[in-house]
Amino acid sequence: MTRYVMVADLRRCVGCQTCTAACKHANATPPGVQWRQVLDMETGTYPQVQRTFVPVGCMHCADPPCETVCPSTATKIRPDGIVSIDYDLCIGCGYCAVACPYQARHIVHKRDLAYGNEAMAHEDQRHDEGRMSVAMKCNFCQDRIDTAKETGQTPGIDPEVTPACVNACLADALHFGDKDDPDSNVNQLLAENQTFRMHEDLGTDPGFYYIWDKK
Amino acid sequence: MDRIAPWHQVNWDWRAAGNFIGGGSGTGLVILAAVATAQGVTYWPLGFLGTLLVGIGLFCVWLEIGRPWRALHVFFHPQTSWMTREAFVSAILLPVTVLAAVTASPYLPMPGVAVGAMWLAAILAAVYLFCQARILHGSKGIPAWRHPALMPVIMVTGLAEGCGFLLLGTAIFGGSALWALALLIGLVLGRWLSWRRYLSELTATGAPTKALAVLNGATPMINNVGHFGAAVFAVLAIIWVDAGPWLGALAGLLAIAGGWWMKFMVIARAAFNQGFALPMTPVRGVGEAGPGDKPGWSA
Repeated sequence: MTRYVMVADLRRCVGCQTCTAACKHANATPPGVQWRQVLDMETGTYPQVQRTFVPVGCMHCADPPCETVCPSTATKIRPDGIVSIDYDLCIGCGYCAVACPYQARHIVHKRDLAYGNEAMAHEDQRHDEGRMSVAMKCNFCQDRIDTAKETGQTPGIDPEVTPACVNACLADALHFGDKDDPDSNVNQLLAENQTFRMHEDLGTDPGFYYIWDKK
Repeated sequence: MDRIAPWHQVNWDWRAAGNFIGGGSGTGLVILAAVATAQGVTYWPLGFLGTLLVGIGLFCVWLEIGRPWRALHVFFHPQTSWMTREAFVSAILLPVTVLAAVTASPYLPMPGVAVGAMWLAAILAAVYLFCQARILHGSKGIPAWRHPALMPVIMVTGLAEGCGFLLLGTAIFGGSALWALALLIGLVLGRWLSWRRYLSELTATGAPTKALAVLNGATPMINNVGHFGAAVFAVLAIIWVDAGPWLGALAGLLAIAGGWWMKFMVIARAAFNQGFALPMTPVRGVGEAGPGDKPGWSA
């Protein structure tokens, strides 16, 4: 079995948003929609204040509420653990968006341009009418993952078959790999460090781990 | 500025609330109209009204979905989706209720068919109402909706609103309303208790503070109009027999108004999402991990 997960090292993330930009470039998301974003969280009270940069997005849960509630079967869990959306099946009811406790899903009903009413060349080239008025979210750059099956490369190791955000990370804070492979890069990180997952108490079994200290 | 503390979801608005309002009142009416025929209440106008209310609710949903011409895809996932199950039930409920209303009417009287159809419609309406309660419970991203204590609120308010429409019906079409008045008092009492329990449990388990502020702010209106007001006029209708039907109708209207306001506030105003949280902050370089944070939450 394969379960692709992401690991974010909170000790290393500097909040540069390069992953956000790389995701936007790779997936051509419309203005205001970010499949990968990095939160800038301030905790504590003066003078004991701490600032943490937290990458978030779809957590690719093993028990995703979005998949359970989806009435059209547009949302599916692939055999490799990636939660995907079939844009041709989705009716845009928004039930998945209110079921997701990670605010990872977006529905855009009207084409929005970055600057005024005139589209830039790349906006015209990459506009996808099929993604209008349906749910969309991070898919771990699933096209790249699928390419790995043909090329024999390893997602998370070979950049060609690794999600854009992970490739772009300049602090080496984001990692991607197969959690079911005992020798994978992510399993090594999970074995060496202490981690948590966001909103773990909700029982969704998210596939996104946050490193906060070494073991 | 990043959105970290819970913010209001943007995907379901008044149209979604309209589905729960129309569906709840309509199914409550279909259930109680079947019971009321034993008390001499005329079924067919109530049956048609129940169908109309459920239909308006479904039309509201249809207006809300992004790809309305793919609406039939809603039937694809009965294995786990309560929205699919609601759709399947509605596909049977609406024609069966129309059949019951038509065959109970003076225009195409078929009493044998009418009795069977109205009881089947009542059972389907109860299932539909349960589906609606489960739809909200399945919305794991909205703390105010997913709490299990909201399910009995949705069920009881549907019946209370249905009873309100029944009292309006008896005022217009005749029939004994005394038992319906007693039932309305019981149902608004039940709704008041279930609403209190929902608020107290939601507060105890923790919820977005903005959601709690909305719900607590809406409670006086819900209680004064939908519970206290409806119960007082129902009692007056029982005491003052001459004006009973119209006082009963007023009690029914207040029960309906309270329920609709409650659902509108829960669905369209208190729908703050989960937001983001950190169980602890990371160790950066030397030092120790710091305490976590869950901004915008009551507990």
